[in-house]
Amino acid sequence: MSAVTTTAASLPQLRRNLTTARLPKWSQAAVAAGSVALGCGIGAGFGLASHLQWGLIAAALFVIVSYALSARVEGRRQAKDRLATSVVWVAFVAAVVPLAALTFYTVQQGIAVVDANFLTHSMKGVLSAGPGGGIYHALIGTLQQVALATLIAAPLGLLTAVYLVEYGRGRLARTVTFFVDVMTGIPSIVAGLFVLSVWILGLGFSYSGFAGSLALAILMMPVVVRSTEEMLKLVPNELREASYALGVPRWKTILRIVIPTAIGGITTGVMLAVARITGETAPVLMLVFGADIINNNPFQDPQQSLPMYIWQQYAQVNNDFGYARAWGAALVLIAFVMGLNLIARGIARWRSPKTGH
Amino acid sequence: MTSSHPADAPGRVRRRKTSQLGDKIFFNAARGAGILLLVIMAAIAGFLAYRSALALSKNQGNFLTTFEWAPDAPKPVFGIAVLAFGTIVSAVIAMVIAVPVAIGIALFISHYAPRKIAQPFAYLVDLLAAVPSIVYGLWGALFLVPHLDGLTSWMDQYLGWTYVFDQTRAGTTPRTLFTVGILLAIMVLPIITAVTREVFRQVPRMHEEAALALGATRWEMIRTSVLPFGRPGIISASMLGLGRALGETIAVAVVLSSNSVLSLHLLDPGGGTFAQNIALKFNEAGSFGRDALMASGLVLFVITLLVNGAARMIVARRKEYSGANA
Repeated sequence: MSAVTTTAASLPQLRRNLTTARLPKWSQAAVAAGSVALGCGIGAGFGLASHLQWGLIAAALFVIVSYALSARVEGRRQAKDRLATSVVWVAFVAAVVPLAALTFYTVQQGIAVVDANFLTHSMKGVLSAGPGGGIYHALIGTLQQVALATLIAAPLGLLTAVYLVEYGRGRLARTVTFFVDVMTGIPSIVAGLFVLSVWILGLGFSYSGFAGSLALAILMMPVVVRSTEEMLKLVPNELREASYALGVPRWKTILRIVIPTAIGGITTGVMLAVARITGETAPVLMLVFGADIINNNPFQDPQQSLPMYIWQQYAQVNNDFGYARAWGAALVLIAFVMGLNLIARGIARWRSPKTGH
Repeated sequence: MTSSHPADAPGRVRRRKTSQLGDKIFFNAARGAGILLLVIMAAIAGFLAYRSALALSKNQGNFLTTFEWAPDAPKPVFGIAVLAFGTIVSAVIAMVIAVPVAIGIALFISHYAPRKIAQPFAYLVDLLAAVPSIVYGLWGALFLVPHLDGLTSWMDQYLGWTYVFDQTRAGTTPRTLFTVGILLAIMVLPIITAVTREVFRQVPRMHEEAALALGATRWEMIRTSVLPFGRPGIISASMLGLGRALGETIAVAVVLSSNSVLSLHLLDPGGGTFAQNIALKFNEAGSFGRDALMASGLVLFVITLLVNGAARMIVARRKEYSGANA
């Protein structure tokens, strides 16, 4: 498509001869600037409280004016095309605004709170109605719970993916594939309820970091299976055949040839899954129970976790000091998750599997 | 997607005894992991159903039509009417906003944006899918809610005649189902965009160029070749987003000011959703109250199961003909 448009654009002479009248290229930018100015003017003039309305007015003005202008100068078909273009651009801006606002606001609020003291102290002995305190205990808890969940889910997920790709044919494999897909969509709170009913109410264990890890593992497993499956499928069949031809048994081929070839992608998938479960709040809320003190043992007694810490500081403390601590923790959590994502994608690019010849 | 499925690789090789044993162990371990996954799914349904049955047998109200949620009262009464209503309404609002915008963004990335913007922007959208929901919730409560104040009172003023957008008490903080819907829309936007974009990218170049060669404008090309090709992808992406919106817990719990009133006034605070109700009531619930919450969790589980299953089936059907453009 781009090839066609560039050819057309590189022949301005021909284009001018073929079409009747065209709006100059700068007209869209001019209309955009004009409607933003007018939107702000109307907003300020009528004293509309919410800046959202200013934006909505500006967007509506932009769409309508560019359509009308184009319909007048270029004709109906071109005008429709312009309409679609401006709607798509408005959608783009409409998506960027809240997402940029989210990132900016979190960084702005969090950066004021996060310092060495915040990262290395727990909430022990800190009055919830006062300043101070930190997230050390929550960091420890989150890291331990996520590590345990990964230890459970990653091998199981990897094995399941190996089964689906290397052995899987027939009814069982089809059923597993379908339920892996469906399992990716389980609401996290349902996983929490399940572990609660089995582990705590059924088997009589108490609330602990490990209980949270079990729920996180349930959420993580299907994600690992899916991504690993995709990666194993990318391993060229020639490698397997070459290995078989040398008399290497199947399990050794899988362990020594197939998995090492795809290990970059598998690592990426696991890290993305880790990033996803790190931010899960709902299951942790029910199973870990929350604590203000440092608990280094995930198998006994309540622990804290970062998402739960944010929730408690917001909903239970519910004052400005609590909000500040919540923003600090949110910034740390986002930085951690984004960092994992960036590293994972870096690995994916660096060690992408070599496909075919 | 053709015949190169790795499982078809010739596995018939001469094996020694030890390697046969190794194969057997490895195969069974791999199959065991797959079966374990099925067992977990079955166990989730089974345990929740068992706990729900315990709760439902003592319920004095009608589980489907009762508004209240008081399972720990002397005469336990609880029902999911308000929760089901809130869940569906907020998810529908989210879908109405998110799907068109997501299609727009996907088109922007795949067909409209200058290449220099498109790549980093696609990458950014993927990153935003990873923002934890508690952060969305915190932002929603402390940033979005105050900023929506003006918009909701404006809607009340001019659209109040629609009944749905009428505020019974003007000027209340908009911790409403409507706000929840907007927040959910922002949250599911990245995932719908990501899936839709991938589908748009797979549209056969030939279809597009044929349309352009016939003199179609860019929009006519998109309408005649891109959108028809991408329709199943758009549907399944939307359903994946819907599944997320239905099951979202903590962001809703943070933003919504809930009660057990079923009201069609979407701009009035109140109502609730399945997941939000569980997160909120869990701590103060007694053992019977927990069983009741599990009953509502089971309903949520079944709903998301159906939505996700349907989405996957649509995608699976699509795979068959996407091979044509290889």
